[in-house]
Amino acid sequence: MASDKVKAVNDADFDATTASDIPTLVDFWAPWCGPCKAIGPVIEDLAEEYAGKANILKMNVDDNPATPGRFGIRAIPTLILFKSGEVVDQVTGAVGKAQLSDLIKKAL
Amino acid sequence: MAKTHYQLIILGGGPAGLTAGLYAARARLDHLLIEKGAEGGQVLLTDWVDNYPGFPEGLSGFELSEKMAAHAKRFDLQTLIANVTATDLSSSPKQLTLEDGQTLTCDTLIICTGARPRLLDVPGEQEMTGKGVSYCATCDAPFYRGQRVVVVGGGNTAVQEASHLTKFADQVTIIHRRDTLRATGIIQEKAFANPKIDYIWNSRVTAIEGEKGVERIQLVNNDGEKSTLPTDGIFVLVGVIPNNGALPLDLLAADEYGFIPTDGEMRTAVPGVMAAGDIRSKEVRQIINAAGEGATAVLSAEHYLNSLT
Repeated sequence: MASDKVKAVNDADFDATTASDIPTLVDFWAPWCGPCKAIGPVIEDLAEEYAGKANILKMNVDDNPATPGRFGIRAIPTLILFKSGEVVDQVTGAVGKAQLSDLIKKAL
Repeated sequence: MAKTHYQLIILGGGPAGLTAGLYAARARLDHLLIEKGAEGGQVLLTDWVDNYPGFPEGLSGFELSEKMAAHAKRFDLQTLIANVTATDLSSSPKQLTLEDGQTLTCDTLIICTGARPRLLDVPGEQEMTGKGVSYCATCDAPFYRGQRVVVVGGGNTAVQEASHLTKFADQVTIIHRRDTLRATGIIQEKAFANPKIDYIWNSRVTAIEGEKGVERIQLVNNDGEKSTLPTDGIFVLVGVIPNNGALPLDLLAADEYGFIPTDGEMRTAVPGVMAAGDIRSKEVRQIINAAGEGATAVLSAEHYLNSLT
């Protein structure tokens, strides 16, 4: 979801950004997606909570078609957790904060 | 210490909750609206709303919920983003436990937790959610540009979203377990006039299959004949189930499906507890009903609060 608190990532810098050994959660969203908007505040909360421990990023799938295609994303919001460039786990839909928090903890 | 007691707590921020919030804020009740994500609810899943009075051109579900939230906030609606994990409605004051363990109390509660899409409950569905299985055509339709998809269901949501999907997909097949649609007249007319939509009647889905994502589905018709249908995606729009996880269902005399019955003033079986919107046990689940019920519920809450003093 669009917000200034969560850094945006794009097709060009995606690999470099997710290569980090710090867990990286990417929120794949689009402006026309209501549920993406619904989880926006949750993503912002998580970004603050995990500052320094995990990177929380967002990618607009409208502007960046290549990366969602690579990961077979056919629904949004989809959140994928990366560590050292590898997919650890992923979740689709407007899930709650606790579930996303549990997801991030898998790679901490 | 942070405030933990309120005269009125509203659970849920869909159209019912936001309207209750608007009325509570204007009534200057000491209130809090608790929402697990952001305000909106199921209306966020709706592509287009053409039946909410006052918007003659129609508007997206997203815009309508934003307007409702902005409207309530103009009157200082107080909101909290949190997940409620348990409610004790037999205690006085009524008690809510949040996910982080914090406890909030209130004199009166309005339950507007709404409903969520019902699953088909067939093999492959869970595994391929987000990989070809979707419950939100508005969200996911653009991923099916030039492809072939199926919509399961025959109600308003299914048929309207099938029409929306034709803006992207080449072919949309509606699969319905009866031989007629339940959707309202104008929505049916639009679908029947759309050359990209075809129909498989009297059939249900028994499995969803594919390697990395959905490739085909298994069907059985009412005569027991089985068939396989290749498809790139399946949109499951077969009604709703109540969001009642944190509610004491026995105490609230929930119906057999888990929805909460109320009287005409939105009062539940528990004094001081009202319910409004899709969580109510009722026939019609429309945005306009939810909003009206939210307003009624606040008036009942005020009556109850007055009776306490």
